[in-house]
Amino acid sequence: MIINGVTIDDTFAEAFGMRGTRVIITAQNLRWAYNAARAMTGFATSVIACGVEAGIERELTPEETPDGRPGVSILMFAMGSAVLMKQLETRMGQCVLTCPTAAAFSGINDGYEEITKINLGKNLRFFGDGFQTSKLFNGKRYWRVPVMDGEFLTEESTGMIRSVGGGNFLILAESQPQALAACEAAIDAMSKVPNVIMPFPGGVVRSGSKVGSKYKSLIASTNDAFCPTLKGITKTELSPEIESVMEIVIDGLTDPDIRIAMRAGITAVCELGAKNGIKRISAGNYGGKLGPYHFKLREIMA
Amino acid sequence: MSALTFTLKAPLQQRVDLSALTPDNLAGKSVADIAAILLVSGREKLRVDSVFDIAGSDAADIVFNNASGKLDFIGSHMKTGKITINGGAGSYLGLQMRGGHIVLNGNADAFAASGMANGLIEIKGNVGDFLAAALPGDRKGMKGGMVLISGNVGERAGDQMRRGIILIEGNAGAYLASRMLAGTIGVLGSVGEYVGYGMRRGTLLLMQEPRLHATVQDCGTHTLPFLSLMFKSFRDLPSKFAQINQNRVQRYAGDIANDGKGEILVFK
Repeated sequence: MIINGVTIDDTFAEAFGMRGTRVIITAQNLRWAYNAARAMTGFATSVIACGVEAGIERELTPEETPDGRPGVSILMFAMGSAVLMKQLETRMGQCVLTCPTAAAFSGINDGYEEITKINLGKNLRFFGDGFQTSKLFNGKRYWRVPVMDGEFLTEESTGMIRSVGGGNFLILAESQPQALAACEAAIDAMSKVPNVIMPFPGGVVRSGSKVGSKYKSLIASTNDAFCPTLKGITKTELSPEIESVMEIVIDGLTDPDIRIAMRAGITAVCELGAKNGIKRISAGNYGGKLGPYHFKLREIMA
Repeated sequence: MSALTFTLKAPLQQRVDLSALTPDNLAGKSVADIAAILLVSGREKLRVDSVFDIAGSDAADIVFNNASGKLDFIGSHMKTGKITINGGAGSYLGLQMRGGHIVLNGNADAFAASGMANGLIEIKGNVGDFLAAALPGDRKGMKGGMVLISGNVGERAGDQMRRGIILIEGNAGAYLASRMLAGTIGVLGSVGEYVGYGMRRGTLLLMQEPRLHATVQDCGTHTLPFLSLMFKSFRDLPSKFAQINQNRVQRYAGDIANDGKGEILVFK
């Protein structure tokens, strides 16, 4: 399969089941909603060391938010529900409770088969030291915690669902600037897709990994088959003209969400095409034995 | 199916307990069964068909016509369905209500919504004393749900109220929200003396500056984000509160003689 001179490899991205949640963060204006959201989704690129993978999904207009202020929605994914709940609580406490004017609300209320209620602000209320009050509107409980800028308002719980993490594709280009430009185009297109985030810096990861290492203490190490500087000395996956490879990783609330995002991203890359130095699109997998979700590139682009 | 309609035959001399005539109690009963139900009236028991003309069959939608203030316990303990009352209602309207919807086109007497835990009561008229208050001996009044009142309410409204929302478009009498435990009461009109007397927690929303007693203290003027959320949740209600969108208030806290975590918010 070749699109605009870009070869689409006959391979698949291998993804895993994760637990996912959405939180709506509002503030007096978008600037402060972003400040809270960026803090909350900071250091959340990979579950390997961060606990969760998180990112900003999109901006919300005042009409779309529960309290009629501008806001952003964030998605957060973890390998298990216990980690997700713990991370949500600590990040809420350090990043939203602390952020001037910010408030947090549930982002998953219905529309999915199995929704588990998890704590959003439920335990943050104790920060109020007895001065906290709760209010119940339309069956939802909210907490008002007195803080120095006024009141911190948060919904008691949000919804957690079974979701998918680790959808990905690799962009193989003739130069590093061309690979980066293709990634930027892909991220621009993919950030318009709802229900997904690309958790790495700017949505892009350059340090793709393989399972195992020559060092006993490491479970993963650099994916030498895709490292362009090792073309001559390792069992390489790269043809001579490839000089740079970058990867985009996608976490989504459901399997179809990731497919839509991958298609949008690969389409944007292929629009740049061979004339902009993009040679191949590939994907990362572990032979298909580890992850239950397989996203076949050629199927997605068909 | 048309609404199950009870039309009062003649003005009552004695009070009648209508707690038996709820959608839950009448579901699946034939008109003959319903006609034979005995209603307590003082020392006597009266057959339903001796008090009311019965028409229609849908027990989930009950209508009382020509209703008077002598009909007590309407909708008491009801869980589902709807009761519409044209005329007046006596005391204990919606007592211990657990769900469903009551619409009263007229006035109600004392202890309306007392012990109510869920559901909606709309009163298009005035209400007597002890709205949503605890019965003597009970430790909690209203425990959930919502009450909308287009007229005035008497004294002690919300006494020992524990949860839920009461929105009053008219005036409230003395001791509004006395000993209130939690919940929300809004009043568009004036309020009587000793508002929030012994209030532990809960929120009172007032449009007019009240006369406060010494153990309710001023906490200053604030813009509270939860008010936007609350008024947004009122947006579809058949009440004047549906049009309000303000979040700038003077906040008074009290009653500091009794824990003092309650608040009286007066709109600026």
